[in-house]
Amino acid sequence: MNSLITATAILVLGATMSLAQTVRMGTEGAYPPYNFINDNGEVDGFERELGDELCARAELTCEWVTNEWDSIIPNLVSGNYDTIIAGMSINAERDEVIDFTDPYTLADPSAYAALSADVDLDGGVIAAQTGTIQASHIAASGATLVEFATPDETIAAVRNGEVDAVLADKGFLEPIVSESNDLTFAGEDILLGSGIGVGVRESDTELKEKLNVAIASMKEDGTLNELLAKWLPELNRW
Amino acid sequence: MFGFCIDPTQLETARWLACYLTTGKHFAFYGSFVTVIVLLLVTAPVALAFGFGGAIAARSPLLPLRWLGKGYTAMVRGVPDIAFFLFFVIALDQGLEWMVHQIRCPDWTEPIRDGHEFRVCPQAKVPNSSAAQLWHEIYNFTLAIFTFAIVFGAFAANVLFGAMNAIPRAQLETAEAYGMSRRQVFRRIVVPQMWVYALPGLSNLWMILVKVTPLLFLLGVEDIVYWARELGGAKTQAFTYPHPDWRLYYFLGLLVFYLALTKLSEVVFLHLMRRVSLGQSTMGGERLRAG
Repeated sequence: MNSLITATAILVLGATMSLAQTVRMGTEGAYPPYNFINDNGEVDGFERELGDELCARAELTCEWVTNEWDSIIPNLVSGNYDTIIAGMSINAERDEVIDFTDPYTLADPSAYAALSADVDLDGGVIAAQTGTIQASHIAASGATLVEFATPDETIAAVRNGEVDAVLADKGFLEPIVSESNDLTFAGEDILLGSGIGVGVRESDTELKEKLNVAIASMKEDGTLNELLAKWLPELNRW
Repeated sequence: MFGFCIDPTQLETARWLACYLTTGKHFAFYGSFVTVIVLLLVTAPVALAFGFGGAIAARSPLLPLRWLGKGYTAMVRGVPDIAFFLFFVIALDQGLEWMVHQIRCPDWTEPIRDGHEFRVCPQAKVPNSSAAQLWHEIYNFTLAIFTFAIVFGAFAANVLFGAMNAIPRAQLETAEAYGMSRRQVFRRIVVPQMWVYALPGLSNLWMILVKVTPLLFLLGVEDIVYWARELGGAKTQAFTYPHPDWRLYYFLGLLVFYLALTKLSEVVFLHLMRRVSLGQSTMGGERLRAG
């Protein structure tokens, strides 16, 4: 109890010291190449480089925070961090709770990965990460949906035969499938969502505007395409 | 860490492993063992203090205090841990920010609760958004300790309440006959002797506490299970040290750690039990006397 009081006192006092607000960037850190924790224990990937560049252009001080995918939206609205930059596709359902900046990727094709190319995608058992647009898509189709908390577990489920296939962003699956000798793409790619954007609180209109300007300038001078080419070569460019 | 780690793709297995096991990420993993142990060492005495307070309150001759003690144990013990951890921590965090907000931003006109959002003025954020990430981690860790202590304090209160009532009534009467006050009886007769009755229950609680530490991740603290899962997952070429799914090995490591920790605890509790049994009119005490 004492330690709590002391710690709180320190925190409350510490809070007065600086006034320029740091923008806390929330990400999942488990979705390579979009965002992941690299071997040094730091957030890395396409969105790390993109986010740092956006912050530099918008003249913001940014700090990276990781949060489980499951609770990434609730923790944004309760103010634990200020943005979600975690490969989150813009869709109507999410837009009701939070706001999105303009997209920084074009609508990203989703693909099925399986152990063989001829699995039953319409009636089989398909894995997806909880709370993703892919999970909603499977739930709406005739297939049986099995949800996992992390992207990594969805791949493991295909490998150990728990599910027939996994549906995920192609940008995530591509390096996994091409480096493996057991997985292969199955069926057609599907276009879901309207591209990936930065999630912000609905009341944070100022931050959203700043990020929109920065995203637009990165699209214009081609730096966004360079980042896409580096991290997600399969994806369509702007 | 080692000089030869510059290009991991060119290394033979032993050196590759040496480099792999000394990455920054692995040090974060090793550090999280310390986090878990510190959590246990801090939470246990705090929870015991909560339990002691709860037990005294539940035995109090004052009705409101008795209600408080009994209400605390009944309510916290009745709520599922995971619900408590999810609800209580958010409530505590937002309650704290709300209070700071009232003090610092009395002129703030916008609503704090707005639809889904909880929004206090920037100066009222605990900890402040601009504070180093370390402070955010310490804050989360402190919330975690406090929450664990409240939950386990309620169970400890029940154990200690039972233990206090297990002291033979004849001893208390004898003490009163010697002219001791209620307080003296409690301090000199009840507290020194209750441990022999409380220890089996308390040791159970400790073992459970050891095993619920993975709930730390719910509270935003990166614990050993989080890192084991993160490090063990299959890694593509995007990482410096690509490898297939190694979660099995990492979780086996955790298994050994938890077994060692519970074994060590068992030994310590056995030793403690011997000590508190000394001179007691219990079976354990009699056995020690016989020799």
